[in-house]
Amino acid sequence: MGLVTPELGTFIWMLLAFAIVLFILKKFAWKPILSALKEREDSIEEALCSAERAKEEMAALQADNERILQEARKEREAMLKEAKEMGSKLVSEAKQKATLEADKVIESARINIESEKSAALNEIKAQVALLSVEIAEKILRQQFADDQQQKDYFKKLMDEVKLN
Amino acid sequence: MKNIHRFLLIFFLALNVIPVFASGDEHAEPASQETHEKEKFEPGNFIMDHIADSYDWHVFSVGDFHATMPLPVIVYSQHSGFHMFMSSNFHHGHSDYEGFSIASEGEYRGKVVEMVNGHEVRPFDISMTKNVVAMLISMVILLWVFISVAKSYTRRKGKAPLGLQSFVEPIIIFIRDEIAKPAIGEKTYAKYMPYLLTIFFFIWLNNLMGMVPFLPGGANVTGNITITMVLALFTFVITSVNANKSYWKHIVNTPGVPWWLKFPVPLMPLVEVMGVFTKPFVLMVRLFANITAGHMIVLAFVSLIFIFGQISPGLGYGTSVVSVLFVVFMDMLELLVALIQAYVFTLLSALYFGMATEEHH
Repeated sequence: MGLVTPELGTFIWMLLAFAIVLFILKKFAWKPILSALKEREDSIEEALCSAERAKEEMAALQADNERILQEARKEREAMLKEAKEMGSKLVSEAKQKATLEADKVIESARINIESEKSAALNEIKAQVALLSVEIAEKILRQQFADDQQQKDYFKKLMDEVKLN
Repeated sequence: MKNIHRFLLIFFLALNVIPVFASGDEHAEPASQETHEKEKFEPGNFIMDHIADSYDWHVFSVGDFHATMPLPVIVYSQHSGFHMFMSSNFHHGHSDYEGFSIASEGEYRGKVVEMVNGHEVRPFDISMTKNVVAMLISMVILLWVFISVAKSYTRRKGKAPLGLQSFVEPIIIFIRDEIAKPAIGEKTYAKYMPYLLTIFFFIWLNNLMGMVPFLPGGANVTGNITITMVLALFTFVITSVNANKSYWKHIVNTPGVPWWLKFPVPLMPLVEVMGVFTKPFVLMVRLFANITAGHMIVLAFVSLIFIFGQISPGLGYGTSVVSVLFVVFMDMLELLVALIQAYVFTLLSALYFGMATEEHH
C-alpha cells in the first residue's frame, strides 16, 4: 500500500530539512532560550534567597526590638513599683512621725493641763481657806458680840472638857 | 509582533494567489471526465487521496474549476535523465509530460511513473510534494517563531516573558522539567534538550496544521510514514550514538538472566537487539497511525454526506448536520491527540536517551 511505503524523495527532503532546522534552532533558538531561562531562574532563586535572608534579618531585628521593648517595660514596671513602695513607705513613716508628734503634743498638753489644774485647785484651796477664815471671823465676830453669849459658850465648852 | 502577523498574512495570501493564476490554463480542460468522476463517488479513494501525498496542492474546487497550487516535480530517470517541471503540466493527472504521468491504478497509484516499454517504471523521485512543501513551511514557521522568541529573550534579559514568549515558555519548561529531567537525568539532560524541543514543536505544529483544511494546512505531514520514519531515525541514531557501555552490555549479555537463554542459542541478545529496532519502529508507526486514523475518521464522516447525497440530495443535507457534528467532535479530539502524540513521541525519545545513558552500578 502506498500509504505505508516510505518515499525516498520525501525522506531525503525531510532528513535534510530536519537536520538543518535542528542545527539552526539549536544554535540560534534553543541555546539562548534555555540559557536565558536558566539565568532568570537562577536570578529568581537568588532573589528569593536574599528575600528570605532579609526576612530572617528583619525577624531577628524585630525580635531584638521586642526584647528591648520588653526589657524597657520590665524596667519601667520595676521603677514604678519601687517608686510606689518608696512613696508608701514615706507616707507611713510620715504618719508614724505625725502620730508620735501628736502623742507628744497631747502628752505635754495633758501635763500642762494637769499642772494648771493643780495650780488652780491649790489657788482655789487657798482662796477657800482665806474665805472660810474670813467667814469664820465674821461669824465669830457676830457670835461673840454679846458677852453673855461668850460666857455661855465658854461655859459650855468648859463643861465639855472633862478634866480627868 | 505586529510585523510577524503581517508577514504571515502576506506569505499565505501569496501562496493562495499563485494557484488561482496557475489554474487559469487548466480551465480549458474537457469537463466530461470530471463530471463522470463526480457521479461515481468512491469514499475509499476520496479518503486516500486526502491522506496521501500529492504532486500539487489542491486549494478549492468550484464546479469544474480546481484551484491548485502546482509544485515542482523533480525526477531522475535511468532512461531519460534528469527532469524538473511544475506539476501543473500533468493537468491533475490527466495528461503526460516528458514521458511521465501520474499512475491512476496499481502499485504506484498517485505517484509519478515513466512509461518504459509499456511498463510503469518509478523514477528516482525527489519532487517537492505537498507534504514536503508543507513540512518546509512548518520548518520556516518553527525557525521564525523560535528565533524571534530567542531574540526577545536576549532583548528583554531577565524580564518576564511577553507575547509569544509567554506562550512557548511554559511548554519549554514543561519539556525540560517534566520530560527531559526525569527521563534522562539531571546531569545529561541538557545535551538532548534541543532535539526534544525541536521534535515536540515540529510534531505538534504539523499535527495542528494537518487539521487546518486549507493552505498552508491540509497536508498530512505527521500522518506520512516517511516523515515519522525520519523522526524515529533521528531518535534511533541519537540513542545509539550516545549509548554507553552498559547499554550495549545489557543487550549483548543481559544481566540477571539464566545463562542458557544466552548460550548456546543467543535468545536474549536476539530479543534485545530486536528491541533496539522496535523502539524507533513503534515511534514511527504510532505517530503515523494516530494522525492518519484521525484524518480518516473525519474524512469518513464527510464521505457519508456524499454517499447519502448520491441517493438523494435531501438525505445528503440531512446527513450533513449529523456528520458535521461528528466532525466537530472528532476535530476536538484530534486537537487533543495532536498534543498528546507530540508529547508521547518526545517523552519516549527522552526515555530511550535516558535508558542509553543510564549509569549502572
